[in-house]
Amino acid sequence: MISGIFQFEFLQNAFLTGIIIGALAPLLGVFVVVRRMSLIADALSHVTLAGIALSLLLEKRFMALAGLNPLYLGMAFSVAGSLFIERLRNVYRHYQELAIPIILSGGIGLSVIFISLAEGFNTDLYGYLFGSVSAVSRTDLWVVVAVFLIVVLTVILLYKELFLLSFDEEHARASGIPSKWIHFIFIIMVAMVISVSMRIVGILLVSALMTLPVAASLRFANGFKQTIFFSILFGEISVIAGLFLSYYLDLAPGGTIVIIAVGLLVTAILIGKRKKTKWGEGK
Amino acid sequence: MEDTRKKPIIEVKDISYKYAEDHVLEHVSLNVPEGAFLALVGPNGSGKSTLLKLILGLLKLQSGKIKLFGEDIRMFKDWDQIGFVSQKANSFNTGFPASVFEVVQSGLTKKIGLFAFPKKKHREKVLDALKSVGMLGFQDRNIGELSGGQQQRVFIARALVSEPKLLILDEPTVGVDSRHVHEFYQLLGELNKKSGITLILVTHDVGTVTDKVSHVACLNKSLHFHGDAEEYHSLDEKELSTMYGTSVQLISHNH
Repeated sequence: MISGIFQFEFLQNAFLTGIIIGALAPLLGVFVVVRRMSLIADALSHVTLAGIALSLLLEKRFMALAGLNPLYLGMAFSVAGSLFIERLRNVYRHYQELAIPIILSGGIGLSVIFISLAEGFNTDLYGYLFGSVSAVSRTDLWVVVAVFLIVVLTVILLYKELFLLSFDEEHARASGIPSKWIHFIFIIMVAMVISVSMRIVGILLVSALMTLPVAASLRFANGFKQTIFFSILFGEISVIAGLFLSYYLDLAPGGTIVIIAVGLLVTAILIGKRKKTKWGEGK
Repeated sequence: MEDTRKKPIIEVKDISYKYAEDHVLEHVSLNVPEGAFLALVGPNGSGKSTLLKLILGLLKLQSGKIKLFGEDIRMFKDWDQIGFVSQKANSFNTGFPASVFEVVQSGLTKKIGLFAFPKKKHREKVLDALKSVGMLGFQDRNIGELSGGQQQRVFIARALVSEPKLLILDEPTVGVDSRHVHEFYQLLGELNKKSGITLILVTHDVGTVTDKVSHVACLNKSLHFHGDAEEYHSLDEKELSTMYGTSVQLISHNH
């Protein structure tokens, strides 16, 4: 039965892509969560949507662009959005979270305009919103593999610096490491991972894959490396089980993956042994 | 006791600083000789933290000059010579999922260098630093599980692990159980005497500190006193309270 589902190339693509983002999203998610930037993932995913909508619009209007993979423009928008967020966070130093609604609503606004210019929905867009197994092409897979290699290599090489920046930003700056650059590289990696993850889980659910496995992992991991390990483990369980279930029960993969991740989180909260945790206590 | 001819590790010359129109520091000059244990005291809002941030290069100078280890601060690159322990409550998220070992090792980030990985000798340094603050055996615990005093020791270990010549502590006893404050000062005294580390302790707690240190500097926008601890103790209370303003309660010294 299991071998049956790998006969189709699109399913192979979907599973391989899923396995890669099942590790990538929680890997960066750990840094995103501990730096209290969870909502930035949401803002960026909506900006990615604008890029994709524009790409679909261009595809419809100009035959020459028919072969353009929407992933590219989506990623470009996401990276540009991340740079805007940084700019806004500097402009509104005392209201840093303001950057998120500004970018998020800007992203949706643009998306809606592009969609209306395209004169209505096409089925493609639905796949981007909620994730799709059948839509993953070989090109998508290669883009995901490339992003995976870049991000994993960068995280390994800059692990010390990323850790210090997350744990104690002031100390990072005082110790003389190039913290501005490290942060810049980090935010671009987040933008890239968000744009490649949306193929499988969909734009509206990308941030869930970055945060839910991490939230579960925080319940009982000891130390930072273990937190990363468990986050990736939960991410993989959610993606692989979610893809199988969505295929056999004919459900939207994004939703299935996210609901499994929620289930894992609830289980972790119920049995998590770390009673001394201070997460969420007395702000 | 202190040899004032020793070369200063920090030279602060005539610095002033303001946020918008609010003058926080006015014409402050201060020298810290090598091997000193300086208490920088002053009430809240006296500009202590601003002075500290200027010395650490976290704020840009508006006027005046700072030299670190004889070098102009704008040219200074050797930041791992300076260890910094900040006010724990402000800079640290107690739920952060890091082990004590990972936290202390993060103090070596600059020293290990970009794109390089910690080696065996670095791991040994981490354990040595934990030992010097009496926290050996806690390395696998999550930082959030420790008491305030234990956490503060871990942060000192993180500052010590890169073997700095100068250690700056900003209100380090805030959040430390009062029973452990004495032990804590003892630890600092040992670091200063045995390891020869120059210490700057920033605090609003005037009473207990000045007995333990070699030099005292009193700051309230401008520098009201700067000298060795014996001189400080020879001041009478009237002089002291004019220095700090009336808002500060002074505890008398029994000398």
